[in-house]
Order: sequence, then structure tokens, then C-alpha cells
Amino acid sequence: MEDNNTIISVNDVSMRFNLAREKVDSLKEYIIRAVKGKLQYDEFWALNNVSFDVNKGDSVGLIGLNGSGKSTMLKVIAGVLKPTRGSVRVNGSVAPLIELGAGFDIDLTGRENVFLNGALLGRSRKMMQEVFDEIVEFSELREFMDVPVKNYSSGMLSRLAFSIATSGDADILIVDEVLSVGDFRFQEKCQERIHRMMDKGTTVLFVSHSIEQVEEICNKAVWLEGGKVRMKGDSKEICGIYKQSR
Amino acid sequence: MNTFIANFNRYKPLLNELVVRDVKTKYRRSVLGVLWTLLNPLLMMAVLSVVFSNLFKFDIDNYPLYLLAGQVVFNFFSSSTTMDMTTIIDNAPLIKKVYVPKYMFVLSRTVSSAINLMASFAALIIVMLCMRAQLHYTAILGVLPIMALVAFSLGIGLILASFAVKFRDIIHLYSVLTTVLMYMTPVIYPMSSLPRIIRYIVRINPLTSILEMFRGFMIYGVMPDIFTTLMTVIPSAVVLALGFRVFYKNQDNFILYV
Repeated sequence: MEDNNTIISVNDVSMRFNLAREKVDSLKEYIIRAVKGKLQYDEFWALNNVSFDVNKGDSVGLIGLNGSGKSTMLKVIAGVLKPTRGSVRVNGSVAPLIELGAGFDIDLTGRENVFLNGALLGRSRKMMQEVFDEIVEFSELREFMDVPVKNYSSGMLSRLAFSIATSGDADILIVDEVLSVGDFRFQEKCQERIHRMMDKGTTVLFVSHSIEQVEEICNKAVWLEGGKVRMKGDSKEICGIYKQSR
Repeated sequence: MNTFIANFNRYKPLLNELVVRDVKTKYRRSVLGVLWTLLNPLLMMAVLSVVFSNLFKFDIDNYPLYLLAGQVVFNFFSSSTTMDMTTIIDNAPLIKKVYVPKYMFVLSRTVSSAINLMASFAALIIVMLCMRAQLHYTAILGVLPIMALVAFSLGIGLILASFAVKFRDIIHLYSVLTTVLMYMTPVIYPMSSLPRIIRYIVRINPLTSILEMFRGFMIYGVMPDIFTTLMTVIPSAVVLALGFRVFYKNQDNFILYV
């Protein structure tokens, strides 16, 4: 065991994707190609020997251009993707801010979706009942809780999704480009909430193209480039260099 | 194994929510709501038993009941496996975003199908009462072959779900396959009407044994013979274990194909 302060440790993680030259998704084609020996793939390494540690209470920004592997990294940490090589160790519960309520069932009401979404994050009905009022309060959707979410606007959906994900006390919060939702007033409210969670000791992993937001929220930063770590360290410093490099 | 159980317990609420969602959304906006779960098979059975009381007389006691029992078993198998097959594809947006034990999706569909199966089971008993058929005490044991059936279907469903992600044409192939399978199971005809060679083939179909056992308990009040019992228990257990194995071996790759 490493010291107890490390909440996420990413060890030498590499992630390979096989890009099929031609998409083969039917059995017939697969067999024909396998017989002819024509099953070829282009290998693509989205992540290459990435290592970093995150300490408890840190808020880490992942920065980099499009295609640098930020989202892949988050997915590996969230346990959605299994790395081809290397390992990720996470000591604590993860609350991923699933974008725009991917876990919603549009035929169910807001109320029912709160519990469904909570369950997807591994929380029991009882746990959700305790934070239910807080969720309703924060999302400002009190009078819409018994309306099927298919009648919600996209802003309402993302407000509800954000409120659910940030309710309860997860140890790690993963924020992937979601702060661009809702009006500016709600965005401010979201940032304020993230700050408040950080004060309570929640570790935050943050991905954004807005370097200002990263500087604002994070104290550490990891700069990814072409699937490799270009730099890691203090967020002010890294963001400064990153901005100059553009 | 211990981590498996711990993980299962953590996501048990999810299983609950998914099943409740399936049952709720199916009959949403209907006046009778969840009551349709029972009403639907009951009405179907009423129609079938009226039709088949006068038509197609095989040399069997109580042919309508014979047919209904066959349909309860076979319809569950075909609908639950067909639904299981596309679970991973249907839940792709979720699987890409958040970690959830993926078998939960398959399991939840099987469980909600099993709820429908229990409703059909109840409907069958109601029909039997209406037809003044003799209700044997062995009818309680009818849940045993049903349990084997659920395990068997879940195993097949897990295998289908893992392969359908990679090879989408299985979805189309399987609907043909279920039709073939239906005729290889004595759902509408009695075993005695078959030529000898075909009878052997039908006999080794595990669904045949499950169905025979179910009919024995429900309609005829007889205990199954050893062969039928073994052919019910062993394939169900093996297929269930195999299903989980295949699923676990492939699950890390699902995300690459959905």
C-alpha cells in the first residue's frame, strides 16, 4: 500500500483501440474475412504509459487538445474502460457527472428518474430519499418532479442530472465539460457547489477546454498530449505554459 | 467470488429500479395499468382455449391446457432471450458513461420477464379453474421447472447479449432460430405423434424436459421420471454457468462495439 493520502493512482496506463479498416459487424462478413485472412486492424494508442497520482482533497484538471486522451483517461478512472496495460487504483466512491442525464428514462417522471439515476451510481433508495429534497431544491424543479422527463427542456435535464450526481457525499467527482449547461446563473451555482464539495474534502477531476475554468477550480493539472503526459504539477504553472504554447 | 457478492449487493437497488421501470413503463398511460400483466395472458389464453377446444383435436386429454402450458413455457423462453439479446446495445449510452456491472441489465430483463411468467402462471391456473379441470396438489411444484427455465433462459440470454454486441446479424438470425426451436419442442403437438428419429432429437432439447415436467405437475399430477429430471436440472445449471462465463470473458470489449 502506498500512503493513505493517495486516492487515485494511475500506474503506467496504456489504452489501445483497434480501428477496423472496414467496419465488420456482421457474422457473415467476419467469417468470410477471417477465412481470407483479411481481418486487419489499425492499432491506435489513445493513452501511452500514463502515470499520475491524485491526493485526497486535490482538484485536478486534465488539459490538452482534442484527441489528447482526456476523456479516455476519465473513462478508465471511472471504470468504464479497462486499460490494455497498467492499472488504476481508486480508493473511494466515484460520482461521474454523466453528461446530460444519460441514465434518464424519458418515460419516467423526474421523481422516478432521481431514484433510477441514484441506483446507477450504486446508491440505495434509502440514501436517495435522504437527499431527495436537497436535489429538488438545488435543481429548482419542484413543480416538475411528477412530469415525465421527456417533457423537460435540455436545461432542466442537465440541472436535474447535475443535482443528482453532486448529491450525497462521493469521494471523487468527475466533471467532464458539463459546466457549459444551463444559464449563467445556474453555471455559477454549479461552480459554487463544486467549490463547496472541495471544501468538504471531495476530490475533483475536471476536464474542460476552458483553461480559465481549470485555473479557477483546480490546484493541480495534468497536461496530456497525444496520449502521453506532457507535464504535471501545479495548475497555475501548467496552465500558464499551456496558454503560451498555443 | 466475495467481491462478486459485495458488488451485487451494492447494485441490488439498481436491479430493483430497472425491473420496476420495465414493469411500469410497459403499461403506462393505460387505465388498468399493471393489471394488464395478468389480463394480457389471460385473454390470450381464453381465445386460444375456445379455438382449440373445437379445432385440431389431437389425441390428448385436455388439449387446450396442453397447448397453454406449452405456450407459457415457450413464450417465456423466446421473449426473455430475445429481449436479453439487445440489452447491451440498448443500454450503450449508459455503458459508455458510468460503471455498472453489465450483467445487471441482462438480469433485470430476465427478472421482469419472469414477473410476466408468474402472471401467465396465475392466468393458467385461473383458466384451469374456469374449465373445471382437476387442480392437482402437484401444481405447487410447477415453480420448480419454472426456476430451471428462468436459469436456462438467463444463461442463453447472457450468451446472446455478448455475441449480439459484436455480430448484429445474430438478432435477425435468432428470430428464425426460435421458430425452429418452437417446432422442436412439443408445444402444439404431442410427443407420440412424432416419427421415432425426430422424437429422439426433440427429446434431447432441454426445453422439452422442462415443459414435460411442467405439464406433468400442472395438468396431469404426475412426477417426472429420472431422465426428464436430469435433463431439466443439468442443462439449466450448465447453461447458466456458461452464460456468465462467456459474458465475463467478453464484457470488457462491449464498449468497443456499441
